Amino acid sequence: MNTIFYIAAATAIVSSILAITNRNAIHALLYLIISLMSVSVVFYILGAPLIAALEVIVYAGAIMVLFIFVVMMLNIGLEEETEKKWLTPKMWILPSILAAILLGIFIYVLKVFQFEKTSAEIIGPKQVGISLFTTYLIAVEISAILLLAGIVGAYHLGKQKKKVTHRFLENTPSDKKSDLKTI
Amino acid sequence: MVTVSMEIQILFAGLLFLIGLTGFLVGRNIIFMLLSIEIMLNSAALVFVIAGSHWMQADGQVMFIFILTVSAAEVSVGLALILQMYHHYKTLDADALSKLRDNEVK
Repeated sequence: MNTIFYIAAATAIVSSILAITNRNAIHALLYLIISLMSVSVVFYILGAPLIAALEVIVYAGAIMVLFIFVVMMLNIGLEEETEKKWLTPKMWILPSILAAILLGIFIYVLKVFQFEKTSAEIIGPKQVGISLFTTYLIAVEISAILLLAGIVGAYHLGKQKKKVTHRFLENTPSDKKSDLKTI
Repeated sequence: MVTVSMEIQILFAGLLFLIGLTGFLVGRNIIFMLLSIEIMLNSAALVFVIAGSHWMQADGQVMFIFILTVSAAEVSVGLALILQMYHHYKTLDADALSKLRDNEVK
């Protein structure tokens, strides 16, 4: 089991790094789906089967498909000049040193303060459901309101408004030229 | 079941969060920034589930479900905003949205 945890964790980290460094949006999204699935494996062996299923269904299934739809709809060719200008190799040195110091402190703290070993038991969907609909009932209702607001907001923002311009006032010299050429 | 110590699990979640944060700070493409936010939310939810499994409580998983809800709402609104941005500016560069910037201070 421990080996599976380490393999899944390594896969998740590597594929997340590939997801944020890849310049092609579709490839990045596919790497992110791999990352989410390996995190789902981690959830499963942590004893949370419901969460593992939800991770695959909602994150990798629904949210990522939404992303892919938008990327395909926009049909982007991705080479940003600003990023190229900023991301010179020299610029990575200082942030990397600072981040390495912080990471060192983090590992040191985790080494010094010994936590007891986990002996994870499976917490099934039944327990989660009972907790969700008794203790956290109000939070469930609030999140329902949040989802409703999300639907309304996405519908309102996603509407493509028709541009209304009078045909005689519309300034289209290029069109006229092309018209002349065709004539 | 897994007997990996909790510090390794939290280290894993922290690394995932750091990767997301780096992607968010470094990226200028707004789709990649939204994607990095997803990585960060996911790693934060992972910490909840780790803690829940450590203390054998269902509350961690309940919190994961709430984070999932918030992230779904956030993604739908965010992608609609990205569509509007592309419609108006014909680019996905986050630096293009600088109309509110004071022109004298550069």
